[in-house]
Amino acid sequence: MSGADGPTDEHWVDPEIIRPYVVTRGRTQPAHGRFDLISMALAVGPAPGPDAGLDPEHLRILQLCREPKSVAEIAAYLDLPAGTIRVLLGDLFDRELVSAQEPQSEVDMHDIKMYRAVLDGLRSL
Amino acid sequence: MAFDRSERPRLPTAIKILVAGGFGAGKTTMVGAVSETRPLRTEEVLTDRGIGVDDLTSVEAKRTTTVAMDFGRITLGNDYVLYLFGTPGQERFWFVWDELAEGSLGAVILADTRRLADCFPSIDYFERRGTPFVVAVNCFEGSQKFDLDEVRLALQLNPSVPIIMCDARKRESSREVLITLVKHSARLRAEPVGS
Repeated sequence: MSGADGPTDEHWVDPEIIRPYVVTRGRTQPAHGRFDLISMALAVGPAPGPDAGLDPEHLRILQLCREPKSVAEIAAYLDLPAGTIRVLLGDLFDRELVSAQEPQSEVDMHDIKMYRAVLDGLRSL
Repeated sequence: MAFDRSERPRLPTAIKILVAGGFGAGKTTMVGAVSETRPLRTEEVLTDRGIGVDDLTSVEAKRTTTVAMDFGRITLGNDYVLYLFGTPGQERFWFVWDELAEGSLGAVILADTRRLADCFPSIDYFERRGTPFVVAVNCFEGSQKFDLDEVRLALQLNPSVPIIMCDARKRESSREVLITLVKHSARLRAEPVGS
């Protein structure tokens, strides 16, 4: 069966699947830490120069994280899976280019101050 | 200048709330209605990394799935950021729910009165996990008004679970749902917060 509708070799390489792993050079786990979807990251220090050995995706993360952003947001804006962002964020964290909640500090769900702050914030929306 | 350290924004504490319910119940609509940006989408490529998390008896090992989640952000002052996650389609993705529910403030379960039974799995899930939740009955345009007591009965809800009407398209209405959830969660987990 080799009809015109059959799969061709090109279909075996789906860039949508391959790209995330190329970006991380095949790594699926961050070198450092474990970030969940709402772990927040913030770029720190001066922007690294072109000789810093960073990939374009690293630089885009640093750009985005001039304001605090979560792993989920970075993934959405860079259009990469969250797992890929975790790996890249781990690299930046290791180089002390981002500060991040690592590992995600568990919010104290018994903290009355937290509930008050969230309620006040919601009411003033 | 020597000021960059003190001027640097601090890392806020991130809080998440889940928005669950059956297909087409209005999850993404609600996320979009109260968030400061249009709903964003993130993808998790899941392999066997979920193994080891509790209660995964039904999950096959080494399965690879891509799960898309819609979510939104509400910045609450300098100290807190609230993320709303629409939970991905039900039964197949319980293991994603486990990650989302972990450390969450609580969940909104959107009920569509035309398909009430669709939210049973969500109710069961959050009851079993002990995650605080409220049921918001999404009143679509043209859908008949329902008696909330009847809906409560039909859903066999515990009397302590708040149930409210809402219009998920409206910011004000969706915000009220969130406020109801935060108060409920505070009642269960912390000391009472004013009314």
